[in-house]
Amino acid sequence: MTLLAVEHLDARHGLLQAVREVSLEVSAGGTLALVGANGAGKTTLLRAIAGAHRPAAGRIVFEGADITGVPAYRRAGMGIALVPEGRHLFSELTVEENLLVARSSGRRGQWTVDSVVEAFPMLGPLRKKRARTLSGGEQQATAIGRALMTNPKLLLLDEVSLGLAPVAVEAVYRCLRTLIEGGATILLVEQDLARAMNVASRIACMLEGRIVLEGDAGELTREQVTEAYFGLRRAGGNGGSA
Amino acid sequence: MIWANQVVQGVLLGGYYALLASGLSLMFGVMRIINLAHGDLAVLGAFLVLVMTDHGVSAFVALAAVLPAMAAVGWLLQRTLLERGLRSGALVPLLTTFGLAIVIQNLLFEKFGANVRSLGPGIGTLAYDSWTITTQIYVAKLAVLIFGVAVALLLGLQLVLARTPLGRALRATAEDPDTAELVGINSRAVYAFAAAIAVATVALAGAFYGMRTTFAPYDGPSQLIFAFEAVVIGGLGSLWGTLLGGIVLGVSQNMGQQIGQQFFNNSEWFLPAGHIVFLAVLAGRLVVAEVAARGGVRTVLGQSA
Repeated sequence: MTLLAVEHLDARHGLLQAVREVSLEVSAGGTLALVGANGAGKTTLLRAIAGAHRPAAGRIVFEGADITGVPAYRRAGMGIALVPEGRHLFSELTVEENLLVARSSGRRGQWTVDSVVEAFPMLGPLRKKRARTLSGGEQQATAIGRALMTNPKLLLLDEVSLGLAPVAVEAVYRCLRTLIEGGATILLVEQDLARAMNVASRIACMLEGRIVLEGDAGELTREQVTEAYFGLRRAGGNGGSA
Repeated sequence: MIWANQVVQGVLLGGYYALLASGLSLMFGVMRIINLAHGDLAVLGAFLVLVMTDHGVSAFVALAAVLPAMAAVGWLLQRTLLERGLRSGALVPLLTTFGLAIVIQNLLFEKFGANVRSLGPGIGTLAYDSWTITTQIYVAKLAVLIFGVAVALLLGLQLVLARTPLGRALRATAEDPDTAELVGINSRAVYAFAAAIAVATVALAGAFYGMRTTFAPYDGPSQLIFAFEAVVIGGLGSLWGTLLGGIVLGVSQNMGQQIGQQFFNNSEWFLPAGHIVFLAVLAGRLVVAEVAARGGVRTVLGQSA
């Protein structure tokens, strides 16, 4: 069953068109990894799905309903949660308050402050600490926990391993795997190709605002994705002058 | 004893300044809006109470009706005028409130004329009753009431901000409205709520102003200055700082008045003394910030040696 469908989406930053005519689908329980170089439009696409960026054209359909004009805070209430790039914690609030503030979405379920701390044991002793005093990995865990507190049906993760120590990346991905095994639907942006192909059931590769390659993670080879990632195939079509 | 009396009167006056300033501080803290119509909204609140007392309603009953009405005014102001301005940067809301200040002043002048009014006659003996502390220190019951209300209001606001889900949402939105939306907070509604609280509190301050003394349509800007000074002395964004700032301002004015009278035979030191202390605190802050930016006291002293 399709949980999210993006249809012919265009998104701009002023004159720059970051996302061009993108269409994609995410089925319930699936994990789609968006890969692509910096500036390919991945973050803008994710923000448009979450409602933080107003698209210029196209539709976003969630659970069969057109949500293109729905404001971000109501999308959180419908079950779409974004872990933004750079974490964006409320730095003056404590870890616990950062988690509790997400109850504003009005969605109650399996995720509570206690179950988040259970999933990220490193947060246990930090509950009363201000978010700005945390390390990068701790902040990322809090940011994911905050998104989970809205008990989302669709979790959007934007570069959750960016700027983290390898040990912290391991911890974050261990938790993601638990989520995926629990049946969560996830759309994630990841720079690390190996990790993306390892964790996701489907891969979509973006280049200059378009999706240039999409397929099941098991059926795509690393070489195919790398070619699409750098746009080599198209360059080759032009005579391989690159 | 005369000096002790000036300190006591200054502290009580500081309560009024804190009450006046808390809404200004709240709107700047949450929305980054500097509300230049703040003083005029206080005067508007006083006139609304006056209209009802002129029709025979007791002042405190009138106040109970005016506060929710002014909260609604704040909510509407945010949703209709300020919200639009915020999307165009920091300058537009500033100009909007400047224009609003002029509109309020002239509408009040149009309706009520230039005569000074007071709510004093409507509150009976409270207008002049006092308690005797010692033979030389008397405290006005009204001043104590205003101080008590100011402390209770700041305490209440502080508790709401620190302990409730609404307070968490306010603090989160103040820090990062876009991310607040992502976790389900309707940041526009939060802004409108903050504006409602701010305008209701300044109307309360305005009503007390009208009970303490006389007021007229163009009194807003002078009250705005006091509110600004209290906020800046106390430090932006801190409610207890606002109370402290109000008290420092009130005590400075009273002490200045006494110094002027006693040593210079001049009875007009009240306002300048407050302004001078305000400027001194501001200058002190700038020096501290500059020293910190240059790498601390030791580095700066080492360079000059």
